[in-house]
Amino acid sequence: MPEDPDSELVSRVRAGDEGAFAELAGKYQGAMLSIARGYVPSGAVAEEVVQEAWIGVLRGIGRFERRSSFRTWLFRILVNRAISAGVRERRSVPVDDMGPVVDASCFDAGGTWQVPPEPWADQVDDQVIAAKISARILAAIDELPLRQREVVTLRDVQGMSSGEVCAVLDISNANQRVLLHRGRSKLRQVIGSEFGRGR
Amino acid sequence: MSRLRFRPRRDIVCREAVELVTDYLEDSLSQAQRRRFEAHLAHCPDCPEYLAQMRAMVALAGRVTHDDLTPRMEEEFISLYRRWRDDEARDPL
Repeated sequence: MPEDPDSELVSRVRAGDEGAFAELAGKYQGAMLSIARGYVPSGAVAEEVVQEAWIGVLRGIGRFERRSSFRTWLFRILVNRAISAGVRERRSVPVDDMGPVVDASCFDAGGTWQVPPEPWADQVDDQVIAAKISARILAAIDELPLRQREVVTLRDVQGMSSGEVCAVLDISNANQRVLLHRGRSKLRQVIGSEFGRGR
Repeated sequence: MSRLRFRPRRDIVCREAVELVTDYLEDSLSQAQRRRFEAHLAHCPDCPEYLAQMRAMVALAGRVTHDDLTPRMEEEFISLYRRWRDDEARDPL
């Protein structure tokens, strides 16, 4: 297993360093809220769920054995709290979302682009554009169906490995890839619409 | 077995390629699928841009930062921590 990026912060929290705890909180609070909001009916309840998860972290951190990364452990605690608090069935499959990721009208009868993607990929290195688009991406992630939102947040925003994400969400790698594919495809479209016409 | 191997395979088309992009980036395609995907990309005028957009999207998402804790939230976390530490001191496991 690669080294846990939070290893040092975890040691400091255990040793009584309150600043290290605030640092961990700052690092993960936003993603935790975003995920919790998918399970519960309101932002206020999501905040409670996240707070409970942090209390669970503090209670358990002395026994945390580092067999997984800290963030895997943290998000597992969060998801478990969210499920207990939530109204949505966690394993429900979003059947309403199984169509093609690019609208069929973009292709001709043979399956070749007739409305090809408008080029923008080479523009994103521009830091100004990237900064402007950050808020738009977060908003778009929040609009994804729950499971896609979780996978994209953990993989692409938090930078977790596929193995970590599967461990947090208790899903297979194949399932993880499907969710990632659908989530990423939608975000590509959103970002595209910021640059051009979003095809 | 040999019949499977020699079954003629048609090239993949753009509509199929866009569905394979994530598996390609995740390195989850079989060798044969990967070859067909890359062969399509090599001659398609548009799919390389699509793949580049997916890569760019992932890079952008990786640079996204959630809002920092407000000073008030930071105080709340510190006080949560202190309450926990005091509890532990009173009632160690």
